[in-house]
Amino acid sequence: MTIRAKVAATPATQPTTLKREEERSGAGPLSLFGKFLSKFSVHVILILIIVAWSVPTFALLVSSFREPADIARSGWWNALTGSWSFTLDNYDQVLSQRNMGRAFMNSLIISVPSTILSILVAAMAAYAFAWMRFPGRNMLFLLVVGMLVVPVQMTLIPVLRIYGDVTVDTQVPIIGGNLFGINSFPGMWVAHTAYGLPFAIFLLRNFFAALPRDLFESAYLDGASEVQVFFKIVLPLSGPALAALGIFQFLWIWNDLLIALIYMGDPELAPMTLAIRNLVSSFGTQYQFLTAAAFISMALPLLIFFALQRYFVQGVLAGSVKG
Amino acid sequence: MLWLLPALSLVAVFLVWPVIDTVRRSFMNSDSTKYVGFDNYRFIIDNPQPISADTHAALLNNLLWLVVFTGVTVALGLTIAVLAGRVRYEAFAKSAIFIPMAISFVAAAVIWRFMFELNPDQGTINAVVTKLGAEATPWLQDQGGPQTWFTNQGPQDWPQPFQINNFALISVGIWMWTGFAVVILSAGLKGISTEVLEAARVDGANEWQIFWRVIFPQIIPTMVVISTTLVIQALKNFDLVFVLTGGRYGTDIVATLFYKQSFVDRNFGVGAALAVVLLAFVVPIMLVSIRRFQAQEEAR
Repeated sequence: MTIRAKVAATPATQPTTLKREEERSGAGPLSLFGKFLSKFSVHVILILIIVAWSVPTFALLVSSFREPADIARSGWWNALTGSWSFTLDNYDQVLSQRNMGRAFMNSLIISVPSTILSILVAAMAAYAFAWMRFPGRNMLFLLVVGMLVVPVQMTLIPVLRIYGDVTVDTQVPIIGGNLFGINSFPGMWVAHTAYGLPFAIFLLRNFFAALPRDLFESAYLDGASEVQVFFKIVLPLSGPALAALGIFQFLWIWNDLLIALIYMGDPELAPMTLAIRNLVSSFGTQYQFLTAAAFISMALPLLIFFALQRYFVQGVLAGSVKG
Repeated sequence: MLWLLPALSLVAVFLVWPVIDTVRRSFMNSDSTKYVGFDNYRFIIDNPQPISADTHAALLNNLLWLVVFTGVTVALGLTIAVLAGRVRYEAFAKSAIFIPMAISFVAAAVIWRFMFELNPDQGTINAVVTKLGAEATPWLQDQGGPQTWFTNQGPQDWPQPFQINNFALISVGIWMWTGFAVVILSAGLKGISTEVLEAARVDGANEWQIFWRVIFPQIIPTMVVISTTLVIQALKNFDLVFVLTGGRYGTDIVATLFYKQSFVDRNFGVGAALAVVLLAFVVPIMLVSIRRFQAQEEAR
């Protein structure tokens, strides 16, 4: 299921159909013209849709490089025809004065450890669910997967109460924030890991269970321990699944607003999403800030999209059941 | 069970316990100090504060999201998948439409705030609209009905939920999720055997008939899968509405109203009840989709 298409399949069938239709109707040039017209309209409709889909993002990108006065005075499309006066000032302003540089770092500090932690914890559990025998295995697995139905909103207040009780307000050196609980990076890591688990365990268990049984049996016969099997056999064989899951998990956390909004209220520690949302509420129509900030937050996801398109698509598709 | 311990304890603390606690809280008063029976659910049904907490509007808006967002995304996804399958730049077309999937709802909200901007010298959509001779519309604030799209006339307020700003919000959701539908549907279309299609052509069916009688019935299961995902998205949707309108101008949905009740008005009882209502809608759909996924995995 990749975006890379089997382009060959469609055109190959086209000529035969064409010939058949000609034979049947007997009208040569006229039906050929009809064929051309329908082919032509397919292109027109499709290109219109592609343009419509790309214009919004393109408008944002162009505007983010325009002078604030230009943005307020004339539409972004004028920048393409008129004199070329692009500037990096908006980015400079947003990064230095509007704290977006810090917010970008915060997003990274939140997303990277959360992704790694959630995959590690999920892989361990999935391994146990797939290959170990213990009483209540299926019951527990169903319970965990059943948590997929829980909207994150539902958990916010109870978890916030718990976090309020366990907050350790010792400042962490370098990355900043509390040691744990509210307004702390470790608190965000643990929360994102927990919220990602039901889906990650679900996906990985199914993948692990599909690995050939012989592999495990011969490894155990050779005297390998469970830990060795996990790190030397299971994880290396699951590369593509882990990559897809990792990308999905990373994007999900990178793009999250709600969890940060509740557990990470301190503007100094806010990730990009929250920082932009605050920017929208305070500078609603100052598009020079908004466009540049939004594009900074999109840069990494877009980079991942173009660099790892295959895994990316698989990850997003697999993740779609999570909702 | 050291392998399971970290996962199970996290799930217990962050998911299982909060659900139990929220259900309990939904039967308690605003600061969770005493039990009030079904009062909070009655609040949702009776809608006693239509100005500050319009529960009916939120439910109706969510319903509109569910139907329009899901329906249009699937229909558009199928159209694009079919058309893209007939051209050489298929991969490019699908990428262009899939890109919005990568960005956050917050970034999408900024993009579309800019598109919907009232000033026709800034907002792209109003620039086009005014070029075509109509008046610029404040798309995210306008609570008028569909007739004002064309004439700028008619009642200022249209009965919930069919107001312009709801459709504007939903169209942003559609922009983000169509790529998802296209990619899955086009994989489904590739799975239809070319022999069947050829046979239909030999029998004299035209392209239109082939689509509706041969392709469409075979693609229905795929469309059901996509629809369940989209329905869950529509129900849980929060970020888009929160950033674009904050639920003002009658655009609240259950998730944003829940946020306002819980964290702004500090009415934990009603907030919890709204969350439980949301869960009640999501559970059956999710169960069906998990079961189907499980069946697929076993068949593999």
